[in-house]
Amino acid sequence: MTEEIIIAGFGGQGVLSMGKILAYSGVMQEMEVSWMPSYGPEMRGGTANVTVILSDKRISSPILHEFDTAIILNQQSMDKFEEQVKPGGTLIYDGNGISHHPTRKDITIFRVDATEEAARMRSIKTFNMIVLGGLLKVKPVVKMENVIEGLKKSLPERHHHLIPMNEKAITRGMEIVNTVEV
Amino acid sequence: MRELKLMKGNEAIAHAAIRCGADGYFGYPITPQSEVMETLMAERPWESTGMVVLQAESEIASINMVYGGAGCGKRVLTSSSSPGVSLMQEGLTYLAGSELPCVIVNVVRGGPGLGTIQPAQSDYFQSVKGGGHGDYKLITLAPASVQEMADFVELSFDLAFKYRNPVMILSDGAIGQMMEKVELDEFKPRWTDEYIEQNHKWATMGKKKGDERSVITSVQLDASVQEDFNHKLQAKYREVEENEVRFEKIMCDDADYIFVAYGSSARICQKSIEIARAKGIKVGMLRPITLYPFPVKELQELAKQVKGMLSVELSAGQMVEDVRLAVNGKVPVEHYGRFGGIMHSPGEVVEALEQKIIGE
Repeated sequence: MTEEIIIAGFGGQGVLSMGKILAYSGVMQEMEVSWMPSYGPEMRGGTANVTVILSDKRISSPILHEFDTAIILNQQSMDKFEEQVKPGGTLIYDGNGISHHPTRKDITIFRVDATEEAARMRSIKTFNMIVLGGLLKVKPVVKMENVIEGLKKSLPERHHHLIPMNEKAITRGMEIVNTVEV
Repeated sequence: MRELKLMKGNEAIAHAAIRCGADGYFGYPITPQSEVMETLMAERPWESTGMVVLQAESEIASINMVYGGAGCGKRVLTSSSSPGVSLMQEGLTYLAGSELPCVIVNVVRGGPGLGTIQPAQSDYFQSVKGGGHGDYKLITLAPASVQEMADFVELSFDLAFKYRNPVMILSDGAIGQMMEKVELDEFKPRWTDEYIEQNHKWATMGKKKGDERSVITSVQLDASVQEDFNHKLQAKYREVEENEVRFEKIMCDDADYIFVAYGSSARICQKSIEIARAKGIKVGMLRPITLYPFPVKELQELAKQVKGMLSVELSAGQMVEDVRLAVNGKVPVEHYGRFGGIMHSPGEVVEALEQKIIGE
């Protein structure tokens, strides 16, 4: 099993840390992992993305131009990455701020309105965990128990009291993710 | 037991340096390698192993601090990225000319000039052909994973002291910034002064009564003395070429064609091999791990077997010259690569193989 995932959105949405938690969850599940960020001046207020690969064998290229799954969190990322999903692949997006919705018929599309849900839950910082919940519902690449272990590993100890809140957000994401018919 | 962690290549360099018992790091921040010093500062090794970590006022100061530390027989290193390493070239030729062991990490970014901060492999010439003035060589290692970033630190110190020569770890922004699983070695103690005195008599530890004076210099006013010294250096380089060539062969046994690629480009080519083989193209890869010394003999052997070679680099074509020299016209050798901070995709590499090598 190899799952090649791109997570793309604005700098500040927690794109890189979501990728890191996913990668750590993979490590906890004894998988091979790679986490390759886009880095550079474009990160400041612009777009941020990270490629996460989870596999049960040695990972070849950490740099990819097509993906099994794309998690898209803003319009610029939709414009760039919708076409980079492999045929038969999966696209998950947050509808907030999206004016041009995805149109491809050869992939499976899901919507997780995490921005809206995070505002409703009054914890905007758990936005990325709601998105992660959406991913784990439609693509259970890592087990929930390993995600919790991954959270413990990637959060500094002084933030460990926030883990239950993050867990709640992941569960909520699993509940609100919906299939989109094109 | 080695410890399993998830970390960036740059962080792995820092942890490996502390754990292998390095005595000092001197550096100046520059993207995409600033995490090396950030990690060292966060780990505070001066409180545990006694390792010195210092932010110098410039790259020129850093490399001269390295010269000072190395002259005392200490295991010292610096790291930077392309423009910073250009500033260090004077120091590097003095280190080589004074036969001082040290480790330099270059996390390469796109150039020339200030360039971009994204990954590139366009400092190959600078690393393996000199960079500074005079007839000298840097032993150059090219890690292709976060694990190798960690493993090559101690290996580099070992080679540096074995041959009394600076060793370059030539990485790039992709390997420096990506996170992978890494197993770190256990902590090893730093060398004691007694150990250095006994094993590295050339080091300037303070002259004791009856001892010969240790002199560390690269200046010879008498040209015939300089020529003798240069002969000695060249003999050392021949020994390095004989003993220290390292490489990895991937799916070469039945290959009709091979990629020659190092570092992050070699990782991309591994995916290209999967894509090409699915299309029925028998392609393998020779991955040089040491760029100097270069795996010349291995390429000569492969030239008897394959119909063509594609040197895949994130540059306008630098290593391709060494591949051509090695195979000496036996088979076609072409170059492919994106540059300036753009990375080629695995698919683009396969297309290049089809057009430039198979198409002929």
